[in-house]
Amino acid sequence: MVEEIVSTINRAAIQFNATVLANKRVGQYHQIVFGIGDLVKSCRPGNFVAIKVGGDSSRMILRRAFAISRVSESVSFGGTMELIVAPHGAGSKWLCSQAEGSEVDIVAPLGTAFGIPTQPVKTLLVGGGYGSAPLFGLAEVLKARGCKVDMLLGASVGGKIYAPMEGKRSVNSLKIYTEDGSMGETGRVTDPIRKLIEEKQVDVIYSCGPMTMLRAISELTAGTDVVHQCAVEEAMACGIGICMTCVLPVMDESGKVAMLRSCIDGPVMDGSQVQWQMVGQVPEALA
Amino acid sequence: MADGGASSGGAGVSTFDFSTTLGNAFFNTPIFTASGCASSGKELAQFFPLKDIGAVVTKSVMNKPRYGRPTPRMAETPSGMLNSIGLQGPGIDAFLANDVPWLIEQKSRVIVSIAGETVEEYATLARKVRSIAGISALEVNISCPNVENRGLVFACDPDVSRRVIDGVRRTMGGEIPIIAKLSPDVTNLPEIAKGVVDAGADALALINTVLGMVINLDSMRPHLGGKTGGLSGPAIRPVAVRAIYQVHAALPNTPILGMGGVASGRDALELILAGASGVSVGTASFGNPSAVIQIQHELHELLVAKGFPSLKSAIGYAHRAEEK
Repeated sequence: MVEEIVSTINRAAIQFNATVLANKRVGQYHQIVFGIGDLVKSCRPGNFVAIKVGGDSSRMILRRAFAISRVSESVSFGGTMELIVAPHGAGSKWLCSQAEGSEVDIVAPLGTAFGIPTQPVKTLLVGGGYGSAPLFGLAEVLKARGCKVDMLLGASVGGKIYAPMEGKRSVNSLKIYTEDGSMGETGRVTDPIRKLIEEKQVDVIYSCGPMTMLRAISELTAGTDVVHQCAVEEAMACGIGICMTCVLPVMDESGKVAMLRSCIDGPVMDGSQVQWQMVGQVPEALA
Repeated sequence: MADGGASSGGAGVSTFDFSTTLGNAFFNTPIFTASGCASSGKELAQFFPLKDIGAVVTKSVMNKPRYGRPTPRMAETPSGMLNSIGLQGPGIDAFLANDVPWLIEQKSRVIVSIAGETVEEYATLARKVRSIAGISALEVNISCPNVENRGLVFACDPDVSRRVIDGVRRTMGGEIPIIAKLSPDVTNLPEIAKGVVDAGADALALINTVLGMVINLDSMRPHLGGKTGGLSGPAIRPVAVRAIYQVHAALPNTPILGMGGVASGRDALELILAGASGVSVGTASFGNPSAVIQIQHELHELLVAKGFPSLKSAIGYAHRAEEK
């Protein structure tokens, strides 16, 4: 019913200079739009990009990875790609400081994409913090397939919720949860999921956000018929599969656990196969 | 400036000889990937044709499949990074069955890097590599903990370094060169280099990463799952230049595959002038997937611009007495 998570293994990826077309602050985040031309045709919801930061004399030697929020095509700008960036570290702050017209070195698109249902099923999109960014582009694709699209967004405080006005058009419903109650309902974004599953309101859950949230959803879907596709987040040095730093323990059909790279075997993974309890550990020696 | 006197004009470009040799292995160009920084080549093939570079040096492989170390495995540092991967890999049998044939199909030159936990494991690995046709050289990565000696790194012990290479030498028939990859974390690198060359290494790979640590200020504990990690990137380039210069001075007839923080053609030339016959590009590929091919183009242009008639005429140039 749901297509396989699509692995591209860098096959669509190119390295190029993209122009910053717009860069504006949205709450605690920056919404940055790049001109990427025809590359929009190979970008899928769930894919990410790796961006060189700090300029040529930078002491930061590694690219920074960002989920693609969405891509679009317009007559005036051609193909564009939007990223939602939280200015946390030196690299993301540099990116957020890039003015319109700046050129940025990008490798894109990278990683696996969310599997899109072939039939109009009931989907639930769950985002934590700015993890909601890629879900709006996904919502548009799901809506076009005739799926029912409900969305739950959560964060510790209201300022960390990313929910653009235009994004709300592509969902059937949107509920917001904050731990301090400063926006939407008080509580965690995972609170209503058990009931939705029990009431058969959902066939597929798509999630993006902190690993604790992804793990909690996987525990809720365990033993049910609900498919859980999650976009994981692990520290990456390269983003293209050569450094082996971003690995996660994942079980295959035969029951064997392997340390898979979240950059090329992810970021979208089947939540039921990720061995969440083993993250940060190493499985015992291979039998 | 350089001897020989090929002009840097158009004719010089076309006659410039970019080739190099390591032992009896010939390479069209002197720029290679570095082991552990290109996986088995597939991931980089999207960014440049693998056959266009000197060789792909594959990630060090052990006898059995291996999970490696727990995450976090990486920390960025000023002009560098620490890694603690712990030699995650498929094991030599799966590697030789799946990865090497693919590389040969791409018409790529292949240098297989092996790593072991015992002297015996290295010999076993070498025997398996020897049985496969189409491999250009064997890199023996001895910067691994020796489980038979309290985890002391082989490369830090002159005697055990010799014994590893001796065991590999007895297994190999001399069809392909043995390249011993050494650690810079030693007091007397030329002494260890001489030991492994006496034991039968045809060439040396210098340098492996430099041992380091980062403390996470949130947890106030070592950041990496494996606590310590290997420092790489431009931060260690002067260490590599020094190591290559010292070893080339001590062993001028032993070819050196240089590596350590090379991120541009000028960096590669620095290592060649210090005494490297070839240069591996490692961490630079993490930040720039086209780094290997770009550095190769830049080095070619630089050598021609400086008037060298060939790559070989630049090797060890920094050791020559200054012309009055």
